[in-house]
Amino acid sequence: MMNDYATDPILLKPNHPVGIIGYGAYVPRYRLPATEVARLWKGGEGEGLPIKEKAVPGFDEDTITMSIEASRNALKRAGIDPKEIRAVWIGSESHPYAVKPSSTIVGEAIGCSPHFQAGDWEFACKAGTEAMVAAIGLVGSRMAKYALAIGMDTAQGRPGDALEYTAAAGGAAYIFSPADEAVAIINATFSYVTDTPDFWRRPEQHYPEHGQRFTGDPAYFKHITEAGKHMMQAMNTTPADYKYAVFHQPNTKFPQRVAGLLGFSKEQYKTGLLSPMIGNTYAGAAIIGLTAILDEAEPGDRILLVSFGSGAGSDAMDITVTDRILEHRDKALKTQDYIARRTEIDYATYTRLRGKLTMR
Amino acid sequence: MEVPRHWRLKKQRYALVGEVCPHCSSKIFPPRDVCPYCGGEAKTQFSFSGRGQVYSFTQMTSVPVGYEQSAPYTMALVQLEEGPVVTAQLTDLGEQHVEIGMPVEMVTRKIRTDMDDRGIIIYGYKFRPVLAGPR
Repeated sequence: MMNDYATDPILLKPNHPVGIIGYGAYVPRYRLPATEVARLWKGGEGEGLPIKEKAVPGFDEDTITMSIEASRNALKRAGIDPKEIRAVWIGSESHPYAVKPSSTIVGEAIGCSPHFQAGDWEFACKAGTEAMVAAIGLVGSRMAKYALAIGMDTAQGRPGDALEYTAAAGGAAYIFSPADEAVAIINATFSYVTDTPDFWRRPEQHYPEHGQRFTGDPAYFKHITEAGKHMMQAMNTTPADYKYAVFHQPNTKFPQRVAGLLGFSKEQYKTGLLSPMIGNTYAGAAIIGLTAILDEAEPGDRILLVSFGSGAGSDAMDITVTDRILEHRDKALKTQDYIARRTEIDYATYTRLRGKLTMR
Repeated sequence: MEVPRHWRLKKQRYALVGEVCPHCSSKIFPPRDVCPYCGGEAKTQFSFSGRGQVYSFTQMTSVPVGYEQSAPYTMALVQLEEGPVVTAQLTDLGEQHVEIGMPVEMVTRKIRTDMDDRGIIIYGYKFRPVLAGPR
């Protein structure tokens, strides 16, 4: 039986309006062209590659260091005392420790410690928006004035696997606040989650497994279209109401196709579509598209974001930009500043940077 | 295993937190509770901006134990905007040529891991060439 989302109270809305007071992106410097992966594993076949190039972290970078920089950018825009942040929640599938929170280190480095909630979230590529929805709830219930949610990854693909072309590093951080202080207001969120085994990594395993073509229709496309379609039905909106749309972006083709299925045009999705230049940043993928949009959006612009995480689920967010964006967005480095900072590397350097060489 | 030492130094290493002297206003790094300039007691915390310039540098090819994985790398004396000179690695250089006087900014990065893959990961300050953008 179909739900009638226009009448069901299925949207997630906080008791008190919540928005984003500060946001920040991070992309590491190094880029591995997809042609380099093809050169090694496909005899140089360069046709139909999923992206142009992907962002690769340096020797000394991981989810914690990248989260620190994105959070510092978010703090510069927010202009608040970090001690007022009462939660630091990091969504990632590449936390550096199996046991020991990334969030305690990030909270300490940016000056939140010691009175804050700290936790690491896991839901494949949806972990970032999962943390964001929780932060919206914490602020919306007035348990906290400010909460920081991060989606960040240094994703790994098995050498030669289809994922190696795209598994990249980067992400974004968002500080949530009462709506009257915000650069963008969260109108509502909506989630669609099922048990779908499209992609997974077992404990102790270095590289993930995936269900080949099964990752497409029953996983990515099903969950994003359900979340996006029903969000719009429940909000009584159509694609024409949104200036921008951004979706989880594991490659170049999937987000473009899902945008078309939901009725969005290239004009609406092109600003947030970063995967061709930086690859799939997993828990950071949809939300770093949102930082690129906020870097350019004008007051009053409406944005639809739909994430996707394997396992599987999607969170949709309906967001409206406020006047405050104009005075805050230039206070930190923009997403495109990081994308423009680019040093191309070859496959040999990539294997060394990513620790794929074992010396003993 | 040197966990207690790394734990004690975390504030200065993660975020360049030093001290300011309440008597002569000098900025102090690393923090030492006694002002090296006037000799007065100085325990007031001060967060450095992280901006500075390369005072001198050298490339390390023969490196201490624990740093082999990232060799070769560049070590620099960085003069902070507020005065003190700190010793740190330069990072994110890509193909960028290092020069004395080059503007740099602090980033928090992995320094090394204790006891290979089983020990703690030690994070701390490094400096990189200043990225274009608002200051």
